[in-house]
Amino acid sequence: MKRHLISAADLTRDDALLVLDTAEELAQVADRSIKKLPTLRGRTVVNLFFEDSTRTRISFEAAAKRLSADVINFSAKGSSVSKGESLKDTALTLEAMGADGVVIRHNASGAPHRLAGWVRGSVVNAGDGTHEHPTQALLDAFTMRRRLGDLSGRKVTIVGDVLHSRVARSNVLLLATLGAEVTVVAPPTLLPVAMGDWPCEVSYDLDAVLPKSDAIMMLRVQQERMNAAYFPTVREYSRRYGLDAPRMAQLPEHAIVMHPGPMNRGVEIAAEVADSPRSTIVEQVANGVSVRMAVLYLLLGGSESAIGTPGAGE
Amino acid sequence: MNAASKQAEPAEEPAECDLRHVAGSPGKAVLEAADIRRALTRIAHEILERTKGGDDVVLLGIQTRGVTLARRLADRIADVEGRPVPCGSLDVTMYRDDLRMKPARALGRTELPGEGVDDRIVVLVDDVLFSGRTVRAALDALNDLGRPRAVQLAILVDRGHRELPIRADYVGKNLPTSMRETVRVLLAENDGRDAVLLGPKDSLQGAQ
Repeated sequence: MKRHLISAADLTRDDALLVLDTAEELAQVADRSIKKLPTLRGRTVVNLFFEDSTRTRISFEAAAKRLSADVINFSAKGSSVSKGESLKDTALTLEAMGADGVVIRHNASGAPHRLAGWVRGSVVNAGDGTHEHPTQALLDAFTMRRRLGDLSGRKVTIVGDVLHSRVARSNVLLLATLGAEVTVVAPPTLLPVAMGDWPCEVSYDLDAVLPKSDAIMMLRVQQERMNAAYFPTVREYSRRYGLDAPRMAQLPEHAIVMHPGPMNRGVEIAAEVADSPRSTIVEQVANGVSVRMAVLYLLLGGSESAIGTPGAGE
Repeated sequence: MNAASKQAEPAEEPAECDLRHVAGSPGKAVLEAADIRRALTRIAHEILERTKGGDDVVLLGIQTRGVTLARRLADRIADVEGRPVPCGSLDVTMYRDDLRMKPARALGRTELPGEGVDDRIVVLVDDVLFSGRTVRAALDALNDLGRPRAVQLAILVDRGHRELPIRADYVGKNLPTSMRETVRVLLAENDGRDAVLLGPKDSLQGAQ
């Protein structure tokens, strides 16, 4: 029995397409006067956020509410976690309250995996440390599919701080599952050591890759996770790996520019690029709600989950 | 019960028909293509009569075979009256009361005609009327999409065994069945040929 979504690798091609197709239907709900479906009435979804987040938390909350689930928001600030409560004790508290689904963001890679072993409900990873962020990858794939059509054979370039990026890892895994050809571009210091296992190409030269890209995804330079000097200056990084207007002009006519947000305008992406019609950044946020509705529906809507990993111990 | 004798008869099927999705014995054909055609033509005329020319009528097919039937009815009404009738589709999966009894299912498309449903006479169209639960879900879904002036129900086969106070306004065929039988509607657009099959429950995948 499958019931958690912890890694983008949990999804087979059929699972991923089911999520994207379901999201496509659920996107219509946003255009209706009554933006609500009764599907998850009486089910409880807990948003467990140990790390700051704007769009992901709001997006999950909106998704759960549009499906009529009861939503409990928990953020580490102002909770017993600041008194030293462990993840396990927090999980047992949630269990006692009868959560059907737990959406967790944690600064430690692997926290959702541990949590999945402690609670009966479905666990959805909303970003764990530098590991994965599968719903972001799904909404990115959804956005690309809407703009570019079928993703098989499409060339997607992911640029920037891959080392600290859970978005990059999830995207590479999911896009490979969907048949896209992914190229990762970053300074060598911002690439993980074991890139050989990743189903993608690696390049250090952004200008060489640009003309062949159908979509380019700029990653945020994660200053908060950088405890060493990964590049000499921000200015130098921006010159070599930032996307500005002249670089955008090298992209093919149909190519789109993506960013998972929050952006550092002027570092990895120039303001004029972020605000251009080729940028899908605002679209990505809107699509996030539809995709998360699809994930919650498929995990919690039926007698058992239709997607994701088997439950722990089963 | 007359039903017990009905299910025993092995049916003869034309060799060319596509029955890959029907396991085992395909069941007995109770309506053939010509019967379905005549039933739909009659329903189209009844809709026009009951709605006095069908000025405000919107046909909404319930996924999946109801959508096909709604399109066919729209074509027939257009032939008779010489003007098009708005026609759309309704997926009721998210409104079903048995969602928690099965794994989550893929969703079908809900597509309202441009005019919407507000202040119109909506005719819901489905293939088989059985417990009435699908129609209840459709009424709930409709409630979230707008406020029709009236809602009517057109059905190809009414097989009885209602579990809710729901009845059809237009019926292609009343088919007395037992709970041990399954009714399966095949339509050329979905299944390669037109027929309504009645067979024992195990051999046919239920339409509802």
